[in-house]
Amino acid sequence: MGTNAVAAKPQADQESRIRTGNHFMLGDHACAEGALAADLDFFAGYPITPSTEIAEHLARRLPALGGRFVQMEDELGSMAAIIGASAAGARSLTATSGPGFSLMMENIGLAAMMEIPCVVADVQRASPSTGLPTMVGQSDILQARWGSHGDYGIIAYCPASPQECFDLTVRAFNAADQYRVPVFIMMDEVIGHMTERVIIPAANDLPMSHRKGPRTAPGGEPFFSFAPDEDLVPPIAHAGEGYKVHMTGLTHDERGYPALDPETHDKLINRLVDKIRLNASDIVMYDEIGVDDADTIVISFGCTARSARHAVNQARDERMKCGLLRLITVWPFPETRIRELIKRGNVKRFIVPEVNLGQLRREVERLTDLPVLRLNHAGGTMPVPDAILELIRS
Amino acid sequence: MSVIEETIQPGVNIHPIDKLLRADRLPHILCPGCGIGTVIHGYAHAIAASGLDEDQHVCVSGIGCSGRAAGYVNVDSYHSTHGRALPFALGIAVHKPELNVTVISGDGDLTAIGGNHLIHAARRNVNLNVICINNFNYGMTGGQVGPTTPIGAKGTTAPQGAVEQPFNLPYLAKATGAIFVARWTILHVREFQDAVLRSMQKKGFCFIEVLAPCPTSFGRANKIGDGAHEVEIYRERCRVENGATNLEELDIDLIDESKSITVGNFVDVEREPFLA
Repeated sequence: MGTNAVAAKPQADQESRIRTGNHFMLGDHACAEGALAADLDFFAGYPITPSTEIAEHLARRLPALGGRFVQMEDELGSMAAIIGASAAGARSLTATSGPGFSLMMENIGLAAMMEIPCVVADVQRASPSTGLPTMVGQSDILQARWGSHGDYGIIAYCPASPQECFDLTVRAFNAADQYRVPVFIMMDEVIGHMTERVIIPAANDLPMSHRKGPRTAPGGEPFFSFAPDEDLVPPIAHAGEGYKVHMTGLTHDERGYPALDPETHDKLINRLVDKIRLNASDIVMYDEIGVDDADTIVISFGCTARSARHAVNQARDERMKCGLLRLITVWPFPETRIRELIKRGNVKRFIVPEVNLGQLRREVERLTDLPVLRLNHAGGTMPVPDAILELIRS
Repeated sequence: MSVIEETIQPGVNIHPIDKLLRADRLPHILCPGCGIGTVIHGYAHAIAASGLDEDQHVCVSGIGCSGRAAGYVNVDSYHSTHGRALPFALGIAVHKPELNVTVISGDGDLTAIGGNHLIHAARRNVNLNVICINNFNYGMTGGQVGPTTPIGAKGTTAPQGAVEQPFNLPYLAKATGAIFVARWTILHVREFQDAVLRSMQKKGFCFIEVLAPCPTSFGRANKIGDGAHEVEIYRERCRVENGATNLEELDIDLIDESKSITVGNFVDVEREPFLA
């Protein structure tokens, strides 16, 4: 009854699992440490720059803590393996970059449809195709939202520092479990390969939540793996717990059985979207500087937000009414907050700098008729503060 | 009370393996004369004979007619994506090594789109029982040729007959590291069940090819007739050779009546299983 997805780890493991203290740490390693702190059980991945340090770090750390590390034959298999492990109750992770992320799209759709929690770290590099493997990009942002075929909801976090690589990875596991969705940590090469101070809190100070399990004992009435609670999220039972679950990528009823009719499909897919959309206010995270009186608001995320913060602070020192809205979740998109800011009437324009040709600018344009200025680079480098400052001054 | 017990007519006895099937999902989608039902039956019997609690068994399948098998067995079951049943099952088997995980899928799913996963799962010796239902074509999509279609056999995408060299699956499985390799047909009900049971008892990658008729697609296109006619071919031409070592010579030619089809349990060795 009410089995928790995350088995209690021996106390000795807990101590080394969470490296409480101050560290000078690589972003990729901070992501791996965040996963370990979040009780990671299973990692499957395929080497790809600039994410490989996540796998290498976990290859050293995870087996010693009783977890399983598997280097798979490709990213198709990596994604399938973490979904399978999670179906058996594991907190599971894979890490990749654009070309691998593309291959994972197939099974990301499966995870969305089977509502199996899992976490994918995508350390973005300049794309498309092989692009610039060792250089920065932010051009997987729309792929994260729309990459697999069909409609479904997901959550995506955008860390802007190694510290956030740690914090948001912990949060990603909690959110994946809470909403039964794939969750993406949309890192980028600059953040993944940046070494900075990372403070890892004590175990008791880490926010940890678990999956909702069945409320009835196995062997009685059939368990309905897809019967949602009021929050639109169904409790989950895992392989080996005795509930005889059936899960399929086909359109299915609440029991999990294929139900190939338009009505069932429409109801199911709307719920998969709505369980994120209607819970967005609990999921969305952002960070702001001086938006209250701003006539110019820079909207930014990931590595670019660091340049944007520098530029906005400097502009404010020069007494310009400029603010920064830094997106910590890109998906769900914080549109309620942006609408609020627009409604105040102060804002005259937005600036959206990003290392792609305007993927998130499109989202902002969708919400407003105000000018949305662009500052884009296709990848390999990122907008410098001066370039953003120049646009603010314009 | 189970669904079976609720729906059964008074005075009718329950079949011993009924509880291992999801009766509430019947009728199934399979065509008359299809061999997949016999495979599911054999798997269920092997579960019953395994001595393990049914909650210790997990079934994973891919996509296609054979991929629907997971939907009819009353154990924890997952109908995954096309070709990815093996890595999905790896995740389960590695995270919970105490579970007995069986993959039931088709020749197209496991050896074409999933071929890379097959050779690597075998190489790693992942603790899985793989039942590869070989009906020589893509049945669900209407009878296209695939990597197991014998040369000369017809399919909708090879109207003049297949020209590509097909996989010899036992040879492939052995070469890539499987610790148990067998080939049976759905005519060999007992032998097949025993092979599945043997797989369940072994720790490591076990591969069973089971030949099954697809009368609607393959049978019709190749003038084999209905399912019973194809089973008749198995009866006439199959030669049991347990422990056969010449696996490289065990290609299947369904069309040439002079050629026999070698079946049997070919490989049964031990090797360190993967994270089991």
